[in-house]
Amino acid sequence: MSDFSILALLRHTLSNHQNWREQWRSPTPKPNYDVVIIGGGGHGLATAYYLAKNHRPLRIAVLEKGWIGGGNTGRNTTIIRSNYLWEASANLYDHALKLWANLSRELNYNVMFSPRGVMMLAHSIHDEQIFNRHIHANQLAGVDNEWLTPQQAKRFCPVLDINPNRRYPIRGAALQRRGGVARHDAVAWGYARAADRLGVDIIQNCEVIDIEKGADGAVRAVETNRGRIEAGRVGVVAAGNTSVVMGMAGVRIPIETYPLQALVSEPVKPIFPCVVMSNTVHAYISQSSKGELVIGASTDQYVSYSQTGGLHITSHALEAVNEMFPMFRRLRMLRTWGGRVDVTVDRSPIIGKTPVPGLFVNCGWGTGGFKATPGSGHVFAATIANDEPHHLATPFALSRFVTGEFIDEAAAAAVSH
Amino acid sequence: MLLIKCPYCEESRPELEFHYEGEAHIARPLDPTTVSDEEWAEFLYVRSNSLGPHRERWRHLYGCGRFFNAVRDTRTDKFIITYRQGEFPDHDSVEESRR
Repeated sequence: MSDFSILALLRHTLSNHQNWREQWRSPTPKPNYDVVIIGGGGHGLATAYYLAKNHRPLRIAVLEKGWIGGGNTGRNTTIIRSNYLWEASANLYDHALKLWANLSRELNYNVMFSPRGVMMLAHSIHDEQIFNRHIHANQLAGVDNEWLTPQQAKRFCPVLDINPNRRYPIRGAALQRRGGVARHDAVAWGYARAADRLGVDIIQNCEVIDIEKGADGAVRAVETNRGRIEAGRVGVVAAGNTSVVMGMAGVRIPIETYPLQALVSEPVKPIFPCVVMSNTVHAYISQSSKGELVIGASTDQYVSYSQTGGLHITSHALEAVNEMFPMFRRLRMLRTWGGRVDVTVDRSPIIGKTPVPGLFVNCGWGTGGFKATPGSGHVFAATIANDEPHHLATPFALSRFVTGEFIDEAAAAAVSH
Repeated sequence: MLLIKCPYCEESRPELEFHYEGEAHIARPLDPTTVSDEEWAEFLYVRSNSLGPHRERWRHLYGCGRFFNAVRDTRTDKFIITYRQGEFPDHDSVEESRR
Protein backbone atom coordinates (compact mmCIF):
# COMPACT_ATOMS: atom_id res chain seq x y z
CA MET A 1 0.00 0.00 0.00
CA SER A 2 1.43 3.35 -0.97
CA ASP A 3 1.78 6.31 1.33
CA PHE A 4 -0.71 9.11 1.11
CA SER A 5 0.98 12.09 -0.50
CA ILE A 6 0.29 14.83 -3.00
CA LEU A 7 1.93 12.69 -5.71
CA ALA A 8 -0.26 9.69 -4.89
CA LEU A 9 -3.29 11.96 -5.00
CA LEU A 10 -2.30 13.26 -8.45
CA ARG A 11 -1.55 9.76 -9.72
CA HIS A 12 -4.94 8.46 -8.60
CA THR A 13 -6.66 11.45 -10.15
CA LEU A 14 -5.65 10.04 -13.53
CA SER A 15 -7.71 6.91 -12.83
CA ASN A 16 -10.66 8.79 -11.30
CA HIS A 17 -9.70 7.57 -7.81
CA GLN A 18 -10.95 4.09 -8.72
CA ASN A 19 -7.81 2.20 -7.74
CA TRP A 20 -7.13 3.18 -4.13
CA ARG A 21 -6.26 0.10 -2.12
CA GLU A 22 -8.36 -0.85 0.89
CA GLN A 23 -7.10 0.84 4.05
CA TRP A 24 -6.81 -2.40 5.97
CA ARG A 25 -7.42 -6.05 5.20
CA SER A 26 -10.39 -8.06 6.48
CA PRO A 27 -8.57 -11.26 7.36
CA THR A 28 -10.17 -14.42 8.68
CA PRO A 29 -8.97 -15.12 12.22
CA LYS A 30 -5.94 -17.41 12.53
CA PRO A 31 -6.13 -20.24 15.10
CA ASN A 32 -3.55 -18.57 17.32
CA TYR A 33 -1.79 -15.29 18.01
CA ASP A 34 0.89 -14.06 20.40
CA VAL A 35 -1.30 -11.17 21.50
CA VAL A 36 -5.04 -10.69 21.15
CA ILE A 37 -6.48 -7.24 21.83
CA ILE A 38 -10.19 -7.26 22.66
CA GLY A 39 -11.75 -4.00 21.52
CA GLY A 40 -11.13 -2.15 18.24
CA GLY A 41 -11.60 1.40 19.40
CA GLY A 42 -8.90 4.04 19.35
CA HIS A 43 -7.14 2.72 22.44
CA GLY A 44 -7.17 -0.91 21.26
CA LEU A 45 -5.95 -0.07 17.76
CA ALA A 46 -3.25 2.22 19.16
CA THR A 47 -2.16 -0.59 21.47
CA ALA A 48 -1.85 -2.97 18.51
CA TYR A 49 0.03 -0.38 16.48
CA TYR A 50 2.62 0.38 19.18
CA LEU A 51 2.99 -3.33 19.96
CA ALA A 52 3.82 -4.03 16.33
CA LYS A 53 6.02 -0.99 15.93
CA ASN A 54 7.98 -0.80 19.17
CA HIS A 55 8.34 -4.35 20.36
CA ARG A 56 9.74 -7.64 19.12
CA PRO A 57 7.92 -9.29 16.20
CA LEU A 58 4.59 -10.53 17.49
CA ARG A 59 1.57 -11.98 15.76
CA ILE A 60 -1.20 -9.64 16.86
CA ALA A 61 -4.97 -9.55 16.34
CA VAL A 62 -7.52 -6.93 17.29
CA LEU A 63 -11.00 -8.39 17.83
CA GLU A 64 -13.90 -5.96 17.49
CA LYS A 65 -17.49 -7.09 18.01
CA GLY A 66 -18.91 -4.31 15.80
CA TRP A 67 -16.90 -2.08 13.52
CA ILE A 68 -13.70 -0.29 14.44
CA GLY A 69 -14.17 3.08 16.09
CA GLY A 70 -17.93 2.50 16.40
CA GLY A 71 -18.03 2.89 20.16
CA ASN A 72 -16.83 5.80 22.25
CA THR A 73 -14.08 6.62 19.71
CA GLY A 74 -16.73 7.78 17.24
CA ARG A 75 -19.00 9.32 19.86
CA ASN A 76 -16.86 11.70 21.89
CA THR A 77 -16.40 15.46 21.64
CA THR A 78 -12.75 15.09 20.49
CA ILE A 79 -11.20 17.37 23.07
CA ILE A 80 -7.50 16.97 23.82
CA ARG A 81 -5.68 18.45 26.80
CA SER A 82 -3.28 17.35 29.53
CA ASN A 83 -3.78 19.86 32.35
CA TYR A 84 -4.72 17.31 35.00
CA LEU A 85 -4.11 17.99 38.66
CA TRP A 86 -1.98 15.09 39.87
CA GLU A 87 1.48 14.45 38.52
CA ALA A 88 0.72 10.83 37.60
CA SER A 89 -2.17 11.95 35.40
CA ALA A 90 -0.41 15.01 34.00
CA ASN A 91 2.53 12.80 32.98
CA LEU A 92 0.31 10.23 31.30
CA TYR A 93 -1.92 12.71 29.46
CA ASP A 94 1.04 14.87 28.49
CA HIS A 95 2.77 11.80 27.10
CA ALA A 96 -0.32 11.40 24.91
CA LEU A 97 -0.32 15.08 23.96
CA LYS A 98 3.30 14.85 22.78
CA LEU A 99 2.37 11.88 20.60
CA TRP A 100 -0.65 13.77 19.21
CA ALA A 101 1.64 16.53 17.97
CA ASN A 102 3.33 14.25 15.43
CA LEU A 103 0.61 11.65 14.96
CA SER A 104 -0.53 12.54 11.43
CA ARG A 105 3.04 12.27 10.16
CA GLU A 106 3.75 9.10 12.10
CA LEU A 107 0.63 7.32 10.83
CA ASN A 108 0.74 8.94 7.36
CA TYR A 109 -2.90 9.72 7.99
CA ASN A 110 -4.38 13.13 8.65
CA VAL A 111 -5.96 12.95 12.09
CA MET A 112 -6.63 16.70 11.85
CA PHE A 113 -5.06 17.42 15.23
CA SER A 114 -5.67 21.09 15.83
CA PRO A 115 -4.00 22.53 18.96
CA ARG A 116 -6.30 25.53 19.07
CA GLY A 117 -6.28 25.92 22.86
CA VAL A 118 -8.56 24.66 25.60
CA MET A 119 -9.93 27.39 27.83
CA MET A 120 -11.67 26.83 31.15
CA LEU A 121 -13.72 29.75 32.41
CA ALA A 122 -13.70 30.88 36.03
CA HIS A 123 -16.95 32.43 37.23
CA SER A 124 -16.35 32.70 40.97
CA ILE A 125 -13.56 33.23 43.48
CA HIS A 126 -13.71 29.49 44.12
CA ASP A 127 -13.14 28.79 40.41
CA GLU A 128 -10.22 31.25 40.36
CA GLN A 129 -8.54 29.58 43.30
CA ILE A 130 -9.07 26.05 41.97
CA PHE A 131 -7.82 26.94 38.50
CA ASN A 132 -4.76 28.67 39.86
CA ARG A 133 -4.01 25.62 41.98
CA HIS A 134 -4.23 23.53 38.80
CA ILE A 135 -2.07 25.96 36.88
CA HIS A 136 0.63 25.89 39.56
CA ALA A 137 0.48 22.09 39.82
CA ASN A 138 0.72 21.79 36.04
CA GLN A 139 3.65 24.18 35.79
CA LEU A 140 5.52 22.22 38.46
CA ALA A 141 4.82 19.04 36.48
CA GLY A 142 6.13 20.66 33.29
CA VAL A 143 2.71 20.96 31.65
CA ASP A 144 1.71 24.30 30.11
CA ASN A 145 -1.34 25.98 31.59
CA GLU A 146 -1.71 29.69 32.11
CA TRP A 147 -4.02 32.20 33.75
CA LEU A 148 -5.78 34.76 31.56
CA THR A 149 -7.53 37.92 32.69
CA PRO A 150 -11.03 38.45 31.25
CA GLN A 151 -9.55 40.83 28.65
CA GLN A 152 -6.87 38.31 27.64
CA ALA A 153 -9.52 35.58 27.46
CA LYS A 154 -11.64 37.71 25.16
CA ARG A 155 -8.68 38.43 22.92
CA PHE A 156 -8.11 34.68 22.60
CA CYS A 157 -11.80 33.87 22.12
CA PRO A 158 -13.62 36.98 20.84
CA VAL A 159 -17.13 35.54 21.23
CA LEU A 160 -16.85 35.61 25.03
CA ASP A 161 -19.00 38.18 26.80
CA ILE A 162 -16.89 39.54 29.67
CA ASN A 163 -19.44 42.02 30.95
CA PRO A 164 -19.03 41.76 34.75
CA ASN A 165 -22.78 42.22 35.29
CA ARG A 166 -23.70 38.86 33.73
CA ARG A 167 -25.37 36.13 35.75
CA TYR A 168 -22.13 34.13 35.49
CA PRO A 169 -19.40 36.74 34.98
CA ILE A 170 -16.09 35.63 33.49
CA ARG A 171 -13.49 36.44 36.13
CA GLY A 172 -10.65 34.87 34.20
CA ALA A 173 -9.71 31.63 32.51
CA ALA A 174 -7.14 28.86 32.50
CA LEU A 175 -5.74 28.20 29.05
CA GLN A 176 -3.76 25.24 27.78
CA ARG A 177 -2.53 26.40 24.39
CA ARG A 178 -1.31 22.96 23.29
CA GLY A 179 -4.77 21.49 23.86
CA GLY A 180 -7.31 21.27 21.08
CA VAL A 181 -9.31 18.82 19.03
CA ALA A 182 -8.74 16.06 16.46
CA ARG A 183 -10.88 14.12 14.02
CA HIS A 184 -12.02 11.13 16.08
CA ASP A 185 -12.86 8.72 13.23
CA ALA A 186 -9.56 9.46 11.52
CA VAL A 187 -7.72 8.43 14.68
CA ALA A 188 -9.31 4.96 14.58
CA TRP A 189 -8.81 4.66 10.83
CA GLY A 190 -5.24 5.96 10.94
CA TYR A 191 -4.18 3.55 13.67
CA ALA A 192 -6.02 0.67 11.96
CA ARG A 193 -4.30 1.35 8.64
CA ALA A 194 -0.88 1.78 10.22
CA ALA A 195 -1.28 -1.35 12.39
CA ASP A 196 -2.49 -3.37 9.40
CA ARG A 197 0.61 -2.36 7.46
CA LEU A 198 2.72 -3.75 10.29
CA GLY A 199 0.91 -7.09 9.98
CA VAL A 200 -1.75 -6.75 12.66
CA ASP A 201 -4.97 -8.65 11.85
CA ILE A 202 -7.97 -6.39 12.48
CA ILE A 203 -10.99 -8.63 12.75
CA GLN A 204 -14.34 -6.88 12.83
CA ASN A 205 -17.73 -8.42 13.65
CA CYS A 206 -15.89 -10.80 15.95
CA GLU A 207 -17.40 -10.88 19.43
CA VAL A 208 -15.56 -12.54 22.28
CA ILE A 209 -17.95 -14.79 24.19
CA ASP A 210 -15.56 -16.48 26.60
CA ILE A 211 -12.00 -16.32 27.89
CA GLU A 212 -10.34 -19.69 28.46
CA LYS A 213 -7.74 -20.28 31.15
CA GLY A 214 -5.23 -23.13 31.28
CA ALA A 215 -4.52 -25.48 34.18
CA ASP A 216 -1.91 -22.99 35.48
CA GLY A 217 -4.59 -20.27 35.69
CA ALA A 218 -3.05 -18.25 32.86
CA VAL A 219 -5.06 -17.09 29.90
CA ARG A 220 -4.94 -19.56 27.01
CA ALA A 221 -7.55 -18.69 24.40
CA VAL A 222 -10.61 -16.65 23.60
CA GLU A 223 -13.83 -18.13 22.30
CA THR A 224 -15.48 -15.92 19.70
CA ASN A 225 -18.48 -16.05 17.41
CA ARG A 226 -15.93 -16.77 14.68
CA GLY A 227 -14.30 -19.65 16.50
CA ARG A 228 -11.68 -20.32 19.13
CA ILE A 229 -8.49 -18.28 19.00
CA GLU A 230 -5.48 -19.23 21.10
CA ALA A 231 -3.58 -16.33 22.59
CA GLY A 232 -0.36 -16.01 24.55
CA ARG A 233 -1.47 -12.72 26.02
CA VAL A 234 -4.80 -10.94 25.97
CA GLY A 235 -5.34 -7.20 26.39
CA VAL A 236 -8.86 -6.05 27.18
CA VAL A 237 -9.59 -2.52 25.95
CA ALA A 238 -13.37 -2.68 25.95
CA ALA A 239 -14.34 0.62 27.66
CA GLY A 240 -17.97 0.37 28.84
CA ASN A 241 -18.07 -3.38 28.21
CA THR A 242 -14.98 -4.14 30.30
CA SER A 243 -16.94 -5.59 33.23
CA VAL A 244 -18.65 -8.02 30.87
CA VAL A 245 -15.43 -9.13 29.15
CA MET A 246 -13.40 -9.37 32.35
CA GLY A 247 -16.26 -11.30 33.93
CA MET A 248 -15.56 -14.04 31.37
CA ALA A 249 -12.16 -14.50 33.01
CA GLY A 250 -13.65 -14.29 36.50
CA VAL A 251 -12.14 -10.88 37.26
CA ARG A 252 -14.31 -8.18 38.83
CA ILE A 253 -13.30 -4.65 37.90
CA PRO A 254 -14.13 -1.53 39.97
CA ILE A 255 -15.89 0.39 37.22
CA GLU A 256 -19.48 1.25 36.46
CA THR A 257 -20.89 2.01 33.02
CA TYR A 258 -22.95 5.16 32.53
CA PRO A 259 -24.53 6.82 29.51
CA LEU A 260 -22.82 10.01 28.32
CA GLN A 261 -24.41 12.15 25.64
CA ALA A 262 -23.19 14.72 23.16
CA LEU A 263 -24.75 16.71 20.37
CA VAL A 264 -23.83 18.77 17.32
CA SER A 265 -25.55 21.73 15.75
CA GLU A 266 -26.14 22.46 12.11
CA PRO A 267 -22.90 23.68 10.48
CA VAL A 268 -22.22 27.40 10.54
CA LYS A 269 -19.33 29.61 9.43
CA PRO A 270 -16.20 29.68 11.61
CA ILE A 271 -17.10 31.56 14.78
CA PHE A 272 -15.60 29.62 17.64
CA PRO A 273 -11.80 29.55 17.54
CA CYS A 274 -10.99 27.33 20.52
CA VAL A 275 -12.50 24.91 23.02
CA VAL A 276 -14.34 26.60 25.90
CA MET A 277 -15.37 24.84 29.07
CA SER A 278 -17.31 26.16 31.98
CA ASN A 279 -17.64 23.89 34.97
CA THR A 280 -19.91 26.22 36.90
CA VAL A 281 -22.45 26.64 34.12
CA HIS A 282 -21.71 23.08 33.05
CA ALA A 283 -21.13 23.57 29.35
CA TYR A 284 -18.36 22.78 26.96
CA ILE A 285 -18.30 23.64 23.35
CA SER A 286 -16.06 23.72 20.30
CA GLN A 287 -16.54 23.99 16.56
CA SER A 288 -15.63 21.14 14.23
CA SER A 289 -13.85 21.67 10.93
CA LYS A 290 -17.20 21.07 9.23
CA GLY A 291 -18.64 24.02 11.15
CA GLU A 292 -20.87 22.12 13.57
CA LEU A 293 -20.79 23.21 17.17
CA VAL A 294 -19.89 20.19 19.26
CA ILE A 295 -21.47 20.19 22.70
CA GLY A 296 -20.94 17.73 25.51
CA ALA A 297 -23.63 16.88 28.04
CA SER A 298 -23.42 15.09 31.40
CA THR A 299 -23.68 11.46 32.30
CA ASP A 300 -27.03 10.10 33.40
CA GLN A 301 -27.25 9.14 37.06
CA TYR A 302 -27.77 5.39 36.58
CA VAL A 303 -25.75 2.45 35.27
CA SER A 304 -26.70 1.64 31.70
CA TYR A 305 -25.46 0.00 28.51
CA SER A 306 -28.27 1.43 26.39
CA GLN A 307 -26.17 4.08 24.57
CA THR A 308 -29.02 6.52 25.07
CA GLY A 309 -29.74 8.94 27.87
CA GLY A 310 -32.41 11.24 29.20
CA LEU A 311 -33.52 14.23 27.15
CA HIS A 312 -33.37 16.41 30.26
CA ILE A 313 -29.60 15.84 30.32
CA THR A 314 -29.07 17.22 26.81
CA SER A 315 -31.56 20.02 27.45
CA HIS A 316 -29.53 21.04 30.46
CA ALA A 317 -26.36 21.17 28.35
CA LEU A 318 -28.09 23.40 25.81
CA GLU A 319 -29.44 25.68 28.53
CA ALA A 320 -25.91 26.07 29.84
CA VAL A 321 -24.49 26.82 26.38
CA ASN A 322 -27.22 29.39 25.78
CA GLU A 323 -26.53 30.99 29.13
CA MET A 324 -22.89 31.42 28.12
CA PHE A 325 -23.48 32.23 24.45
CA PRO A 326 -26.97 33.64 23.85
CA MET A 327 -26.15 34.04 20.14
CA PHE A 328 -26.51 30.26 19.74
CA ARG A 329 -30.09 30.35 20.97
CA ARG A 330 -31.61 29.98 17.50
CA LEU A 331 -29.14 27.40 16.27
CA ARG A 332 -30.74 24.06 15.47
CA MET A 333 -29.28 20.85 16.77
CA LEU A 334 -28.51 18.31 14.07
CA ARG A 335 -27.77 15.12 15.99
CA THR A 336 -27.56 13.79 19.51
CA TRP A 337 -26.22 10.45 20.65
CA GLY A 338 -24.99 8.52 23.66
CA GLY A 339 -22.00 6.41 24.55
CA ARG A 340 -21.11 4.01 27.36
CA VAL A 341 -18.47 5.37 29.67
CA ASP A 342 -16.58 3.23 32.17
CA VAL A 343 -16.19 5.26 35.33
CA THR A 344 -13.90 4.53 38.28
CA VAL A 345 -14.33 6.05 41.74
CA ASP A 346 -11.23 8.26 41.37
CA ARG A 347 -11.99 9.18 37.74
CA SER A 348 -8.60 7.79 36.68
CA PRO A 349 -8.04 4.87 34.31
CA ILE A 350 -6.96 1.34 35.19
CA ILE A 351 -3.97 0.18 33.13
CA GLY A 352 -1.95 -2.95 33.76
CA LYS A 353 -1.87 -6.53 34.89
CA THR A 354 -4.77 -8.47 36.37
CA PRO A 355 -4.88 -11.41 38.81
CA VAL A 356 -4.96 -13.71 35.75
CA PRO A 357 -1.45 -14.20 34.26
CA GLY A 358 -1.30 -13.09 30.63
CA LEU A 359 -4.49 -11.04 30.92
CA PHE A 360 -4.11 -7.25 30.85
CA VAL A 361 -6.68 -4.51 31.16
CA ASN A 362 -6.90 -0.90 30.02
CA CYS A 363 -10.18 0.70 31.06
CA GLY A 364 -11.81 3.24 33.33
CA TRP A 365 -11.14 6.22 31.07
CA GLY A 366 -14.62 7.41 31.92
CA THR A 367 -15.76 10.59 30.28
CA GLY A 368 -12.38 11.68 28.92
CA GLY A 369 -10.48 8.89 27.22
CA PHE A 370 -10.19 10.19 23.67
CA LYS A 371 -7.46 12.69 24.52
CA ALA A 372 -5.29 9.88 25.88
CA THR A 373 -5.60 7.55 22.88
CA PRO A 374 -1.96 7.60 21.68
CA GLY A 375 -0.45 7.60 25.17
CA SER A 376 -2.81 4.93 26.43
CA GLY A 377 -1.97 2.64 23.51
CA HIS A 378 1.75 3.33 23.86
CA VAL A 379 2.03 2.52 27.57
CA PHE A 380 -0.39 -0.41 27.37
CA ALA A 381 1.59 -1.95 24.48
CA ALA A 382 4.76 -1.74 26.57
CA THR A 383 2.93 -3.24 29.55
CA ILE A 384 1.74 -6.22 27.51
CA ALA A 385 5.03 -6.76 25.67
CA ASN A 386 7.18 -6.67 28.81
CA ASP A 387 4.65 -8.28 31.16
CA GLU A 388 5.53 -5.36 33.41
CA PRO A 389 3.74 -2.00 33.74
CA HIS A 390 5.22 0.88 31.76
CA HIS A 391 6.54 3.43 34.29
CA LEU A 392 3.82 5.95 33.36
CA ALA A 393 1.17 3.26 33.86
CA THR A 394 2.46 2.01 37.22
CA PRO A 395 0.35 4.41 39.36
CA PHE A 396 -2.78 3.33 37.46
CA ALA A 397 -2.59 -0.32 38.51
CA LEU A 398 -5.68 -2.26 39.52
CA SER A 399 -4.09 -2.74 42.95
CA ARG A 400 -4.63 0.90 43.90
CA PHE A 401 -8.19 0.09 44.92
CA VAL A 402 -6.78 -2.20 47.61
CA THR A 403 -3.83 -0.03 48.69
CA GLY A 404 -5.85 3.18 48.60
CA GLU A 405 -3.28 5.01 46.46
CA PHE A 406 -5.91 6.80 44.42
CA ILE A 407 -5.29 9.41 41.76
CA ASP A 408 -8.31 11.51 42.54
CA GLU A 409 -9.10 13.49 39.41
CA ALA A 410 -12.81 13.83 40.18
CA ALA A 411 -12.32 17.50 40.99
CA ALA A 412 -10.05 18.01 38.00
CA ALA A 413 -12.61 17.05 35.39
CA ALA A 414 -13.11 19.94 33.04
CA VAL A 415 -16.84 19.58 33.42
CA SER A 416 -17.96 17.53 36.38
CA HIS A 417 -19.74 14.35 35.38
CA MET B 1 -36.28 10.35 31.05
CA LEU B 2 -37.26 7.28 33.02
CA LEU B 3 -40.69 6.74 34.51
CA ILE B 4 -40.26 5.17 37.91
CA LYS B 5 -42.88 3.54 40.11
CA CYS B 6 -42.27 4.31 43.77
CA PRO B 7 -43.35 1.23 45.76
CA TYR B 8 -44.33 3.42 48.71
CA CYS B 9 -46.34 6.08 46.84
CA GLU B 10 -47.50 3.39 44.40
CA GLU B 11 -47.36 5.90 41.58
CA SER B 12 -45.21 6.20 38.45
CA ARG B 13 -43.40 9.51 38.50
CA PRO B 14 -40.72 11.13 36.29
CA GLU B 15 -37.05 10.41 36.99
CA LEU B 16 -36.46 14.02 38.08
CA GLU B 17 -38.19 13.23 41.38
CA PHE B 18 -35.73 10.44 42.11
CA HIS B 19 -32.08 10.05 42.95
CA TYR B 20 -30.09 6.99 41.96
CA GLU B 21 -28.27 5.47 44.92
CA GLY B 22 -26.10 2.77 43.33
CA GLU B 23 -26.17 -0.99 43.35
CA ALA B 24 -28.51 -2.59 45.91
CA HIS B 25 -28.00 -5.32 48.49
CA ILE B 26 -24.34 -4.62 49.23
CA ALA B 27 -23.96 -5.43 52.90
CA ARG B 28 -21.38 -3.68 55.04
CA PRO B 29 -19.07 -6.24 56.68
CA LEU B 30 -20.41 -7.10 60.13
CA ASP B 31 -17.06 -7.01 61.90
CA PRO B 32 -14.83 -4.36 60.31
CA THR B 33 -11.80 -5.35 62.40
CA THR B 34 -11.52 -8.74 60.70
CA VAL B 35 -11.89 -7.50 57.13
CA SER B 36 -8.83 -7.59 54.84
CA ASP B 37 -7.88 -4.74 52.49
CA GLU B 38 -9.03 -6.86 49.54
CA GLU B 39 -12.44 -7.35 51.12
CA TRP B 40 -12.75 -3.64 51.88
CA ALA B 41 -11.91 -2.81 48.26
CA GLU B 42 -14.55 -5.29 47.12
CA PHE B 43 -17.16 -3.77 49.45
CA LEU B 44 -16.31 -0.13 48.69
CA TYR B 45 -15.43 -0.05 45.02
CA VAL B 46 -16.23 -3.22 43.09
CA ARG B 47 -19.70 -3.38 41.60
CA SER B 48 -21.39 -5.98 39.41
CA ASN B 49 -21.99 -3.42 36.61
CA SER B 50 -24.38 -5.98 35.12
CA LEU B 51 -25.38 -6.07 31.50
CA GLY B 52 -29.06 -6.97 31.80
CA PRO B 53 -31.13 -7.08 35.01
CA HIS B 54 -29.47 -4.87 37.63
CA ARG B 55 -30.54 -4.57 41.25
CA GLU B 56 -30.22 -0.98 42.38
CA ARG B 57 -31.36 1.51 44.99
CA TRP B 58 -33.33 4.65 44.27
CA ARG B 59 -34.61 7.37 46.55
CA HIS B 60 -37.89 9.19 45.95
CA LEU B 61 -36.12 12.39 46.93
CA TYR B 62 -38.75 14.91 45.83
CA GLY B 63 -41.67 12.68 46.81
CA CYS B 64 -41.98 10.56 49.91
CA GLY B 65 -38.20 10.76 50.46
CA ARG B 66 -37.85 7.03 51.00
CA PHE B 67 -35.25 4.60 49.71
CA PHE B 68 -36.41 1.60 47.72
CA ASN B 69 -34.98 -1.05 45.42
CA ALA B 70 -35.49 -1.85 41.77
CA VAL B 71 -34.51 -4.35 39.11
CA ARG B 72 -33.85 -2.59 35.83
CA ASP B 73 -32.55 -3.99 32.56
CA THR B 74 -29.39 -1.98 31.76
CA ARG B 75 -29.66 -2.86 28.06
CA THR B 76 -33.01 -1.10 27.66
CA ASP B 77 -33.23 0.98 30.89
CA LYS B 78 -36.67 -0.57 31.40
CA PHE B 79 -37.72 -1.18 35.01
CA ILE B 80 -38.74 -4.79 35.62
CA ILE B 81 -39.89 -4.35 39.20
CA THR B 82 -39.54 -1.92 42.11
CA TYR B 83 -39.86 -3.14 45.69
CA ARG B 84 -39.69 -1.88 49.25
CA GLN B 85 -36.74 -2.03 51.65
CA GLY B 86 -36.41 -5.39 53.35
CA GLU B 87 -38.01 -7.25 50.45
CA PHE B 88 -36.09 -9.38 47.97
CA PRO B 89 -38.06 -10.78 45.03
CA ASP B 90 -36.13 -13.83 43.82
CA HIS B 91 -35.05 -14.49 40.27
CA ASP B 92 -38.28 -16.28 39.35
CA SER B 93 -40.60 -13.51 40.51
CA VAL B 94 -38.44 -10.93 38.70
CA GLU B 95 -38.79 -12.98 35.51
CA GLU B 96 -42.52 -13.21 36.19
CA SER B 97 -42.77 -9.39 36.37
CA ARG B 98 -40.85 -9.09 33.13
CA ARG B 99 -43.64 -11.02 31.36
